[in-house]
Amino acid sequence: MVAVILSLILLVVDHRFHHLQQLRSALAFLTYPLHYLADLPFTASRWLAETTSSRQALMSQNRELRGQILHLRAELQKYESLQAENMRLRDLVDSSFKVGDRVLVAELSAVDLDPYKQQVIINKGAASGAFEGQPVLDAHAVMGQVINVTPFSSTVLLITDTSHALPVQVLRNGLRTIAVGSGRISELKLPYLPTNSDIVEGDLLVTSGLGGKFPPGYPVATVTKIDRSPDAPFSDVLAQPRAHLDRSREVLLVWTVPNQLPVMPREPEATTGAAPGLPSATTVQVGVESPLPASDSSVPPE
Amino acid sequence: MSGVGNGRLTILVTLCIAMLLMILPMPDWARPFRPQWVTLVLLYWAIALPHRVGVGSGFATGIVLDVLTGTLLGQHALGLSIVTFIAIQLHQRIRVFPFWQQSLGIFILLVIEHLLALWVTGATQGVTPGLVYWSVPPIGALLWPWVFVTLRKTRRHFKVI
Repeated sequence: MVAVILSLILLVVDHRFHHLQQLRSALAFLTYPLHYLADLPFTASRWLAETTSSRQALMSQNRELRGQILHLRAELQKYESLQAENMRLRDLVDSSFKVGDRVLVAELSAVDLDPYKQQVIINKGAASGAFEGQPVLDAHAVMGQVINVTPFSSTVLLITDTSHALPVQVLRNGLRTIAVGSGRISELKLPYLPTNSDIVEGDLLVTSGLGGKFPPGYPVATVTKIDRSPDAPFSDVLAQPRAHLDRSREVLLVWTVPNQLPVMPREPEATTGAAPGLPSATTVQVGVESPLPASDSSVPPE
Repeated sequence: MSGVGNGRLTILVTLCIAMLLMILPMPDWARPFRPQWVTLVLLYWAIALPHRVGVGSGFATGIVLDVLTGTLLGQHALGLSIVTFIAIQLHQRIRVFPFWQQSLGIFILLVIEHLLALWVTGATQGVTPGLVYWSVPPIGALLWPWVFVTLRKTRRHFKVI
């Protein structure tokens, strides 16, 4: 009886108030060996495959990777010049902000969690500087955020979990909305779009940075299905995450610059964008809107 | 006779193995069919040694399982403590049943645990899993004779009483 009441209390407290993160982290530290053990065969087999792979295979892979690096470098040059140009133009309209995030590569642990919750475990924790609420990306798009940290591992809530909501905007026209997880790994819902909003299938959704947790401008999902019924105030919009939520093995932990919203001091030295200043009410407003022209200029609408 | 400490260790190790089976990666199509290993093992110990494994153990195991699988704290704890309670109440009856009848009893307990978990997820997440969700208790009940025999051998080998 006591146990039942205690578990009910725990359930309510955990669900409503999030006070139990400390307890959960402590217990998670105790269960880390189990996670490690479950992951061990896969890590070991991968290690074995790497150690015993032939020189021939390694060389061909090396060559291929070199080619890819060259290709990416060329792309990056273009991107850098665009970024510089973007910053210059932003300076002209007084809304420059600092670009550049620090990232760390982490690997997923081969561990299955509850099949009806969209969570994964990664092998970097507080010892590597991960923190609660940290954005997690893969090579393609936003994956989710860290919700629980232990010294050597952390739990990531994927954007498709029903308890996750992500502020996004449509890249094509800057329309802002919120993407809510559907509980299915390949689907996001956009429940807050009025029936007459300008959104079409194939639109790319990017993070808007408004929640303050995710850096702005990272791709999130592609709109796949729009269902406008004339009698409903909101249209049913579904989107497919761009991140390979069920296939990626490497993920990126992102540290964004501390101040998300652009800080624009009035001095002309602000061209570097590094000097933080006290934003006035108007500059913050500009900042909120500022990702829109950036997205438009980097990828022209077709 | 290896003493009390040995028995506790055996019970803990079997529970840990069951938890390992709960998180071991499986192909995507097989994930919804994963049997309730921890419940099965816990039920065995509750029926075999009701003076050693009680509602408290069920609760503690449930909390650890919640942390392990990332569910809401208390979701498994609730189900496991109720199921252990029922098992302890009925342990003398269940012990003398033949295997198939035992499986039937265990099946009902597994359904209760699964139903409680479903209520919690339904109330907190608004996710309604499909019919495939209910394939889990029958699988567990089918596994029961094997779990029972294996654990009984283990118990006799390590002389846990």
